[in-house]
Amino acid sequence: MINNIFAWLTDGAHWQGYDGIPRRLLEHLAYSFTALLIAALIAIPLGLYIGHTGRGRFLVVNAVGAARAIPSLGLLFLAFFWLGPRLSGDIAFLAPAGLVLVVLAIPPILSGAYAGVEGVDPDARDAAKGMGMRGSQVLRHVEFPCALPLIMSGVRSGMLQVIATATIAAVLGLGGLGRFLIDGLATQDFSQTASGAILVAVLALVVDLALALVQRSVVSRGLTGRYRPVETFNPDAGATPSAPALQQNA
Amino acid sequence: MTWLRDHFGEVLSLTVQHIYLAGVPLILGLLIALPLGWLARRYRGLYPVLIIGTGLLYTIPSLALFIMLPVLLGTHVLDRTNVLIAMTIYTVALLVRTVADGLGAVPDAVNQSATAMGYKRGRRFVSVELPLAVPVISAGLRVAAVSNVSIVSVAALIGVQQLGSLFTDGFSRAFVEPILVGVVACVLLALLFDGVILGVTFLATPWLRAGKASG
Amino acid sequence: MKRTRIALAVTAAATLFGVAACGSGSGDPLATGGSASKASSGSIVVGSANFPESALLAEIYAGALSAKGVKVDKKLNIGSRETYIPALKDGSIDLIPEYTGVLDQYFNKNAKATTADAVYAELKAAVPATMTVLNKSAAEDKDAVVVTQQTAAKFGLKSIADLGPQAKNLTLGGPPEWKTRPTGVPGLKKVYNLDFKTFRPLDAGGPLSVQALKNGQVDAVNLFTTDPSIADNGFVILDDPKSLFAAQNVVPLITKSKVTPTISATLDAISAKLDTATLGQLVKEVVVDKKDAAVVAKEFLAKNGLG
Repeated sequence: MINNIFAWLTDGAHWQGYDGIPRRLLEHLAYSFTALLIAALIAIPLGLYIGHTGRGRFLVVNAVGAARAIPSLGLLFLAFFWLGPRLSGDIAFLAPAGLVLVVLAIPPILSGAYAGVEGVDPDARDAAKGMGMRGSQVLRHVEFPCALPLIMSGVRSGMLQVIATATIAAVLGLGGLGRFLIDGLATQDFSQTASGAILVAVLALVVDLALALVQRSVVSRGLTGRYRPVETFNPDAGATPSAPALQQNA
Repeated sequence: MTWLRDHFGEVLSLTVQHIYLAGVPLILGLLIALPLGWLARRYRGLYPVLIIGTGLLYTIPSLALFIMLPVLLGTHVLDRTNVLIAMTIYTVALLVRTVADGLGAVPDAVNQSATAMGYKRGRRFVSVELPLAVPVISAGLRVAAVSNVSIVSVAALIGVQQLGSLFTDGFSRAFVEPILVGVVACVLLALLFDGVILGVTFLATPWLRAGKASG
Repeated sequence: MKRTRIALAVTAAATLFGVAACGSGSGDPLATGGSASKASSGSIVVGSANFPESALLAEIYAGALSAKGVKVDKKLNIGSRETYIPALKDGSIDLIPEYTGVLDQYFNKNAKATTADAVYAELKAAVPATMTVLNKSAAEDKDAVVVTQQTAAKFGLKSIADLGPQAKNLTLGGPPEWKTRPTGVPGLKKVYNLDFKTFRPLDAGGPLSVQALKNGQVDAVNLFTTDPSIADNGFVILDDPKSLFAAQNVVPLITKSKVTPTISATLDAISAKLDTATLGQLVKEVVVDKKDAAVVAKEFLAKNGLG
């Protein structure tokens, strides 16, 4: 079994052409990233708003809970019958799959966003107001950066779910790594199915790692505590410190 | 909704199938995740290994697991056991981290007082740590329950009868009503599971309520 | 006090699952169960492929058999042939409606016959030792390569052979299994020398394929000849002069050990009463009129004195 899978993965023929692994990988990434981007564009502003103003929280929290419960396969078919006849060309198939993935990605990002804003240290907010910032400025300069760890965590969680579920796009005849699963099932070629699953898992891990790096660079070091005071200002020393007081932990 | 009225019995029995396929793995998964989570806590080195391992398991697409299990386990193609095992794997993957974190959230002081009172390790786990970890574990269980209800529907693609069958049947005939009924039923079922877990948690943590009552 | 509460809560939850487990014990909630009044003459599991006509035929078989006192379990919409034949082999299902031509080609890599009787004879010889086919029906449902009227007009297409020069610019659609099947892409290459630009995996002659053809994502698609959407959309079925799609008569495929005189008599009677026109009409009722396959099956059986 393992031998067959290894043989399938290393077969040169499977790495080229219309059906090849690289093309399917790229398609899968394209579907996933597009859906995540759209979901983030909807969920992050909405979550920030809810966290900042506290309005609509009850409604949104429950809606998010219900949305998590929607079965992706059913939604896919519903979206196909609703959108398919109204669109032409490839988009008639891409739109339903995209819709399902966006609906899947919104809940984790949305929760991350409003939980992040709500969890901001009240002292930080207070200090910001004390400095004369208005509401929107507080949001932009203080709450959003402080909420970033939870927002990023939501984004990563959403990305993971999207990559795993983008495989069902293949049910609609689209590409992506799900193609290996569905075609393998239809022809009982288990090496193909297993290889597809392995590729999806590897892709998910790699993307998560990439997002972790993004998180590390984007989230303020003050929040993560990733700093080490190198020199503190000593007024008796007579000279100004030559190195910055805060230096990133290597 | 005449279709629903005419097929109510059928929808109900599919729902029962769905409850079985989504619910049993919840219980089994919890029973397996408890010792694993405890191990992750007890032996520090095991924590990252278990977390990464179970995280990896969760990224395996459900369809792939459903297809591969008969081949890997030698079970019959249409055996529902395949679905049960796959769902249990996913539940364990979700819950191990939750259990470990839940047990870790129990304050050290409490553990130490229990030991000081003479609780041996086993009894301490069952009578002190586990009950205190219930809120965290139940939160994880709710997520797992909702996730399970959704994933089980994918098993319709390999011919296992449950609410997902309404999707594939409706799709092959371009018939929207069964699909809609199936989606709504799944959402309601997930909410039902959620409610039951919340209820059990409520009953299992009287000390959280006592605090409020006495003020 | 606390213990009893927890016990109560857990019991409540356990009851929920217990009910579910008991209720799901039969394995298939859609099973009709045999009629209890007659003496039970064996039990049988009927399966079907994942398209409506197969489920309809399975319902017809199941309905007739339970009317004769056989205990019937149904496992419908399993998947493609490559998926359910293993299920037949390992005993998960015992009986499934099939089509002579494609089944012959599935078991016999050197299948040559194209006419109805010749195919049936070849099939009977090719079937594995543990299985057998009963009498074939006159009803036929063949694979077809279908194009839109515009495409046919544009390239002057009447038969599959006419696709020859154009194929390298065209996209072909079909079920995923067509990529490797002898009646699919390899067959079109071998028999008609067609090399399509791309092959798009869709579904087994279902709404995906119809939609893809309508939307122009594929130029030619695999549909079944009894599909009502061909007429509804004015699609053109391309002729198959070289008989790539040989005769496709409906025939029951059954595990040999499950054959009893009652079962074979019942199924033969059904095969005798089915013809292509009737089958097409029944499929239309399920797919277009959205009637239940079980209901349509029952009406057919009642009308023909078989149920």
